[in-house]
Amino acid sequence: MEKSKKEVLVLEDILGSNKKIASSIRKKLEDKGILAANLLSSPGSGKTTLLEKIGLKLKDRYRVGVIEGDIETERDAERIRKIGLPAWQITTHGACHLEAKMLARIFDQIPADLNFLFIENVGNLVCPASFDLGESLRFVLLSVPEGDDKPRKYPEAFITSQVFVITKADLLPYLPFDADRVTAEALEINPKLEVFRTSAITGEGIEPLCQYLEKKLQELRTKNA
Amino acid sequence: MHELSIVADLFTIIEEQSRQVGAKRVTKVRVLIGELSGVVPELFRTAFHSYKKGTIADKARLEIKVTRVKFKCHGCGKEIKTGDISSPDFSYACPFCGSREVELISGRDLYLEKLEIET
Repeated sequence: MEKSKKEVLVLEDILGSNKKIASSIRKKLEDKGILAANLLSSPGSGKTTLLEKIGLKLKDRYRVGVIEGDIETERDAERIRKIGLPAWQITTHGACHLEAKMLARIFDQIPADLNFLFIENVGNLVCPASFDLGESLRFVLLSVPEGDDKPRKYPEAFITSQVFVITKADLLPYLPFDADRVTAEALEINPKLEVFRTSAITGEGIEPLCQYLEKKLQELRTKNA
Repeated sequence: MHELSIVADLFTIIEEQSRQVGAKRVTKVRVLIGELSGVVPELFRTAFHSYKKGTIADKARLEIKVTRVKFKCHGCGKEIKTGDISSPDFSYACPFCGSREVELISGRDLYLEKLEIET
């Protein structure tokens, strides 16, 4: 007998399962009044260092926790614990990004009374942009030594973020990095981006960034009230 | 190279769909990949053909349709179909009114559009 072939229309979102888990994480976090931020950047652009600075500023008034995503090692989580904050390390053993299901696996360990939860993604400006983790805010970081031509080269990371942080701004006098140009280019791709220029060495921009986070937490509380 | 994890999710959907419609075998898979989805069609293809071994889609062909970026302009309300995003004259501003208040309405999507099956 002749085998019968037929076409079946499916139209299903391939990332639908990730999005579903992410939405459920977002709802749980927001209901508890936890503001979660997912940090994206290349390796070495200063995500952990920025989190140390923000964490130290916020920890006296707020409960802050950090999820660290790396391919291997517990090094970043140890750095965060050293400044007195709880940290949970997710090692992906090769995967270039975090996925919502990886967060779901450790979700029970996250205390319900946190105010801020920072999720440091695997260092990579490409792949993590495709995966919603259930965060309320997405940060994209770009450090001065990486060069000022990145936003249009890596548009997805900039399009899906709400916050753009230029890090290592103390190096601006020494490197041909045009911070105004990069800001304009990022805003061209995503006009809604909030832009901050920071330096972990001089402390520049850390306070405004913390104030922004506090404002966002306040907005979440108002929404929940 | 996150294409492999995306292909793994694709196969979960393929297996489930095949069960639902009683397919004996999947002979063709057609996916839509947005230009701004962050997925590279060629890497997706490689991942697909290495993953399919031993599955119901063991011999399946893969068809990829790349969907272009589309914006909606909040300035003049027009929909903007864009050119190639890698081209130097690609612009994120509205070509009709110049507004930068444009919102991405397609181009990030990743869909399993249809399957060809044998029953």
